[in-house]
Amino acid sequence: MAIRERLSGNEAVSYAIKQVNPDVMPAFPITPSTEIPQYVANYIANGEMDTDFIPVESEHSSMSATIGASAAGARALTATSSCGLALMWEELYVAASNRLPLALCLVNRALSGPININCDHSDSMGARDTGFIQIYAENNQEVYDNFIQAYRISEHRDVRLPIMICQDGFITSHAVENIELLEDEKVKEFVGEYEPENYLLNADQPMALGPYAVSNYYMETKMAQNTAMNHAKKVILDVGREYGGVSGRSYGFFEEYRLEDADYALVIIGSAAGTAKDAVDALREQGVRAGLLKLRVFRPFPDEEIAKALSGCKVVAIMDRSESFRGKGGPLGAEVKAALYDHAKQVRAYNLIYGLGGRDFTVNEAEQIYKDLEAYDKAGKQFEEYRYVGLRG
Amino acid sequence: MKNTVEIRWHGRGGQGAKSAALMLADAAFMTGKHVQGFPEYGPERMGAPITAYNRISESPIRVHSNIYDPDYVVVVDETLLESVDVTAGLKTEGAIVINTTKSVEEVRPFLKGYSGGIYTIDAREISEKCLGRYFPNSPMLAAIVAISKVMTKEDFFREMEGSYKHKFAKKPEVIEGNLKALHMAYEEVE
Repeated sequence: MAIRERLSGNEAVSYAIKQVNPDVMPAFPITPSTEIPQYVANYIANGEMDTDFIPVESEHSSMSATIGASAAGARALTATSSCGLALMWEELYVAASNRLPLALCLVNRALSGPININCDHSDSMGARDTGFIQIYAENNQEVYDNFIQAYRISEHRDVRLPIMICQDGFITSHAVENIELLEDEKVKEFVGEYEPENYLLNADQPMALGPYAVSNYYMETKMAQNTAMNHAKKVILDVGREYGGVSGRSYGFFEEYRLEDADYALVIIGSAAGTAKDAVDALREQGVRAGLLKLRVFRPFPDEEIAKALSGCKVVAIMDRSESFRGKGGPLGAEVKAALYDHAKQVRAYNLIYGLGGRDFTVNEAEQIYKDLEAYDKAGKQFEEYRYVGLRG
Repeated sequence: MKNTVEIRWHGRGGQGAKSAALMLADAAFMTGKHVQGFPEYGPERMGAPITAYNRISESPIRVHSNIYDPDYVVVVDETLLESVDVTAGLKTEGAIVINTTKSVEEVRPFLKGYSGGIYTIDAREISEKCLGRYFPNSPMLAAIVAISKVMTKEDFFREMEGSYKHKFAKKPEVIEGNLKALHMAYEEVE
């Protein structure tokens, strides 16, 4: 029987961490992820879990210590947000290239400047090429479910890559909502024990980790990382399906909401997807065939699958919650458009920037975007291929 | 969204408006509802205007935006009336409740012609009488439950007693005062 609870997103992921009970958690506090190490430290102090918690002096150190713990053979994790992730930057590449299956609980928010503590996806989108698997959540339930699946994906022998479990800062992290939790035993059974194959504390098999790789070796390492990322696709689907058997909630690369017969669709990540679903329902009542693709897995990027899911649509709006400053849109827009170019050229796609620095995204705004897509389709009305929505009037 | 009650809280940092919104979400959750309780974060500092929100529904809540057309508004600090448009979008079938020593007629000029229900309550007096200190959030919480009827009186007091016992497990001496403040505020606006 599922446990009916109400938790904030930070509480939810902390509860999942408690149930998984990893070996080591080094962390440095930063708004709005501070509550995660705080809750975990409480659980440890209360004797509810026995993870070794290491308070460190910066995020560069927290990722370094997480890397050290993972290399030693421990199941390790850390949590951060925004500038904290930015300070980890060089270490993120070290974690991925050394094929360490550690977890990072990220609470997405804007990067400075101007100084802003609120939600957008600039932090994780900036880290999209570091070699981390990236999984996003719409709400507290999904971030809880995603963390429970995290190590099953990252530690899989075909993968062995670090994983980033993302949720929207404040909108999800600080909002208390209903949630269904699994029993501790079910979580433990699903996640299982970590049995590393190659690790530094294995005296029988001495090894070097993170050595200098001359040009003769570096490129093959990158190729191997990319191969592992491709393997992660099957593992993510297998784990998501198996989790469905345990929890009643199955997960894939993305959720298709009323997309099957949709003429107009939004492609969107995170908490705004829930808001857009209310718009979809309202428009369907008015006879507009609106649908939605909520992307859950951004790395590896399921390009062919996304293109297939959108192939029946006339016009789609790709919603980016971060700017890439290429002058033509954001990272999600670029990647979805590339996918459509390769696999579904007939679909017209626009790239909209929304919600930067916590700018609110409402049901009305979502409805207006669908109406714009319809107007373009029916009247041949031209839009700018790329524009901002929700700017002050 | 049709069966969802939306509540907006206006307060100042440090007054407990966010905590009150979370307590309301908690109590409503315990009565079997789907809930949201969340703050809107600006520059975090004592005394700065803050907003917090509640959605309470019979069915799962998906929307993740702030609330622009609330059914109810709670004003925890009356000095906000001069600087914040507290009735913005407030539905006329709904109501606003303000923590003030003033009468309804005295606050009406600040409410931009709002024609729905207007309630005033002196949460300072209640709080100081029951707790010996100024914590306006408990009286304001009771007032909005009495006005909005998002749960029955019996459910509310039962859940709040449980909640205070848990919250103040290490300070049991304040439980009785808080419950007294809730009752006094509830009855004043009932």
